[in-house]
Amino acid sequence: MADWYEERQYDVVIVGAGGAGLRAAIAAAEGGVSVGLVSKCLLGKAHTVMAEGGIAAALGNVDPQDNWEVHFADTMRGGQMINDYRMVEIFAREAPARVYELEGWGGLFDRTPDGRILQRPFGAHTYRRLCHVGDRTGLELIRTLQEKAIHCGIDVHMEVTLTRLLKDGDRIAGAFGYRKETGRFVVFRAKAIVLATGGWGKLYKVTSNSWDCTGDGCAMAYEAGAELMDMEMVQFHPTGMVWPPGVRGILVTEAVRGEGGILRNAEGERFMQRYDPKKMDLSSRDVVARSIYKEVQAGRGTPHGGAWLDITHLGAENIKKKLPSMYDQFLKLADIDITKSPMEVAPTIHYVMGGVRVEPGTGVTTVPGLFAAGEVEAGLHGANRLGGNSLSDLIVFGKRAGEHAAQYAKGVAETPRVDDSQAEEERRLLRRPFESDGTENPYGIHEDLQAIMAEHAGIARTGDGLRQGLEKVLTLRERAKGMHATGSMLFNPGWHECRDVLFMLTLAEAIFRAAIEREESRGSHWRLDFPDQNPEWGRKNVVVARENGGMAVRTRPVPQMPPELARLVQGETVVKSVR
Amino acid sequence: MADQIFHVFRGDAQGGALKEYAVPPVEGMVVLDAIHYIQAHHDTTLACRWNCKAAKCGSCSAEINGKPRLMCKTRVDDFHGAPITVRPIKVFPLVRDLVTDVSWNYRVNKEIPPFTPRSGEPAPYRMTSEDVERLFEFRKCIECFLCQDVCHVLREHKGTDRYYGPRFMVRIAAMEMHPKDTLSRTDLLKGKGGIGYCNITKCCEEVCPEHIHITDNAIIPLKERVADDHFDPWRALLRRFGGRKEPRGT
Repeated sequence: MADWYEERQYDVVIVGAGGAGLRAAIAAAEGGVSVGLVSKCLLGKAHTVMAEGGIAAALGNVDPQDNWEVHFADTMRGGQMINDYRMVEIFAREAPARVYELEGWGGLFDRTPDGRILQRPFGAHTYRRLCHVGDRTGLELIRTLQEKAIHCGIDVHMEVTLTRLLKDGDRIAGAFGYRKETGRFVVFRAKAIVLATGGWGKLYKVTSNSWDCTGDGCAMAYEAGAELMDMEMVQFHPTGMVWPPGVRGILVTEAVRGEGGILRNAEGERFMQRYDPKKMDLSSRDVVARSIYKEVQAGRGTPHGGAWLDITHLGAENIKKKLPSMYDQFLKLADIDITKSPMEVAPTIHYVMGGVRVEPGTGVTTVPGLFAAGEVEAGLHGANRLGGNSLSDLIVFGKRAGEHAAQYAKGVAETPRVDDSQAEEERRLLRRPFESDGTENPYGIHEDLQAIMAEHAGIARTGDGLRQGLEKVLTLRERAKGMHATGSMLFNPGWHECRDVLFMLTLAEAIFRAAIEREESRGSHWRLDFPDQNPEWGRKNVVVARENGGMAVRTRPVPQMPPELARLVQGETVVKSVR
Repeated sequence: MADQIFHVFRGDAQGGALKEYAVPPVEGMVVLDAIHYIQAHHDTTLACRWNCKAAKCGSCSAEINGKPRLMCKTRVDDFHGAPITVRPIKVFPLVRDLVTDVSWNYRVNKEIPPFTPRSGEPAPYRMTSEDVERLFEFRKCIECFLCQDVCHVLREHKGTDRYYGPRFMVRIAAMEMHPKDTLSRTDLLKGKGGIGYCNITKCCEEVCPEHIHITDNAIIPLKERVADDHFDPWRALLRRFGGRKEPRGT
C-alpha cells in the first residue's frame, strides 16, 4: 500500500446509494459479509429521490385480475420484445414481495378504502398497478431503504467519487477514487463490487436527471472490459417542463396522465387519438413522446414547442392531494396554477434502457467479481421502459445483485491484490487538469457534448446524422484532453467535472455506435431513414465492448421465450410502424 | 436587461468573504441557475451541493439574503433586481464556499431506533388512509436541514450536543405515530434527543420547503407523549410492567 491514498477493505463494495445500491447493501449485509456503500453525494439524495409516479408491481389490490403474467407481457411489449425475458419474468414475479417488504420496513403508501396499498394506472400497464404515495414515491422508497440500511451494520462513505475499477488479472480487486471534501485519494479493496450508479441523462441538456447522472459506473465498467448492451435505447419522457428556460426538462410525472390528465395540441385537439386511439394519453412513453414531437413538427405545437397537459377537471382539492409536488413545482417555478390552467410540456431525456450486460437474476457482468443492478444494468426494459418499472427494477435486482455478490465474495478466499500502478495511472489522469497547460473549460466541453447529443442523437435520428455526431464526439474527446482545472482539490466542482466529462464522452460514443448499427425503428430508437420495425433486428441486441483500445460493436441474439411465456405476449399488436 | 448582481460567500473554515459576480438574467431563473452560471463562466472552483434542481433532494440549502432557503426553489425575480447575497447555512461547520459539513445529522439519525413492527405480524398490513394520512406530512421531509439551521437551540446555543433538532423530531414522530410501530422512543426524546430544549418558536416551520408543520404536528405531540410517560404517575407505573408503546389519540 502506498502512502498517497487512504485504503479501505470490504468483502463487497456497493457503488451508488440510490434504490438499487441501498437494496443491494441490505442484501449483501444480510448475506453475512462486510459491506462498504460508496456514494458520490449525501445519503438519500440520489436520483431515485426524484421518481414520482410509483412502483409497478402486480399486487392486484385495485384490479384483482392483475398478476405477474400480465405484468410480464406488458413489460415485454413495452420493450418491443428485445428485453431479456428471463429478467422480465423474475422481475414481474418478485416485484410484489419487494414492495410488501418496503411496507414491513416502514414505507407508507396511499391506501385503498379497505386499507391495502393503492395502485394507479400508468402508461401501457394493462391494469392499475403503480403503488404510490402522492407524487413522491421515489422519496418514500429511498428513505425507507436508507433507514433500513444504516442499521444493517454497513459502512457508508458519502461524497466519495469512484473513477476506476481496479483489477487483479481478469477479476475485480477494488475501486479507486477521491473524497470530495478533502480531495484525498482512496482505494477500496474488495472481493466483489456492485455497480448501482444509475443512468447518464446528463449527456443531454434537456433532461429530468440529477447532476449525478453522468454514467460513471457504466463507463468504468466499459473501461474495465465489461460488455455494454442496448446503448442506443435512450428514453424520452413525453412530459417535461418547457418554460421558463431554467426549468426546461424537469419532470412532469406520468401520474398526471395516470390521474386523468389530457394532452392537447395548440389547436385544442386530443392528438393522441391519431397515434394510439386505444391507450390514448396512457400509451407507452416512446409513442407519446414521438407524437408530441410530430405535432410540434407539423406546426401544432404550443408557444414554446410542446403540448398542453390539462388536469384542471380533477378539481383543485384532488390535484393538491394526488399531485402535490407538481402543483408546487409549477406554481413556484413557472407561475402556473395547474388547478386552473394547463401545463406546457415537451419530451425530456429521462432514462437509459441500455447499460452493462448482466446475467439474468444475478447481476453478474462479463467481468468476474463485478455486478450491476438498477438503471446501469441492461436487459430488463428492452427498447422502452414502462413507467413505474424502474423502481421495482431497483428493489428486485438490487436485492439479487447484493445477494449474489455476497455469495461470490464468500467463495473468494483472499481479497485480490491491488496493483498500485493502476491507481497511479488513474491519479495521473485525475491530476492532469491541474498539471496540463490546456485551456479548455470542462463546463464548456460538457455543453458542447450536450449540443451534439441534442442535434444528432435526439428523438428522431438518421444514419448520416448519427455518423456526424460520432465524428464530433471523437473530435470533442481530443479537445477534452486540454481540460483545465484551477484551485485546490478540496471540494472543487470544476475539477470533478473534468473526469465526469470523460465518462460521458465514452458513453456518447457508445450511444452513437450502437444507434448507427441498429438500422430500424424500435421503441425509443426512431430512425427516419429506417422508419419501420425489422423482425431481423427484433432478434438482436447491440453490444459494445472495448477491444484493442477501441470500441467494438457486435450483436447478440435476443434470448427466445419458451412457448408458455411466448403465449402470454401474443394476441396484442405491437406498434409496427412509427412513420 | 441589466446583469443581476450576486454576492457569494467564498472561503473555508479559516475565513472568507463575499465576492461579487454579475450574471445575465434569464426568465424564470432560480438562484441555483446563477450559481451554475458563475461556476461555468466566472470560477469553476465555486463549491456548492446540488442534485435534482427540482426541490426534491434537499441538497442546495443556503442562506439567501439572510434567509435559509433552497437555491433551486428561489426565484431571482423575487428580488426585483436588488443584489442577492448567498451564504452557506450557518449552523454546521463550513467545508468550502457554500458547502457545510452536515455529517452530524447522519450520526444522529443512526442513534434513533428504527421502525419496529410486531414480530408476528409481517407485511402486507391493513391500514386505512385515516391511520396513515397524518404521517405522510412527516415522510415528505427532503432532509435539506434548513429547519436545523434556524433552530435556536442548535444555532444560537450551539446545542448539537443536547438536542437532535426539528428534523429528527419529525423523523421520530413518523415512527412513534406509525400504527404498526411498537417501540417507545420517549426516553430517548427526554434524554439524548433533548426535546425539552425546544421552546416552540416555530422558526423551523417557517423555513420548511415542504411546509411540514414541524412544531404543531410533530414536536408538540411528542412533548405530550414525553409528559404522559414521565410525569403521569399512573402511566409511569404501567410502563414499568409494559414497556410497549400505548395506543394514543395524538
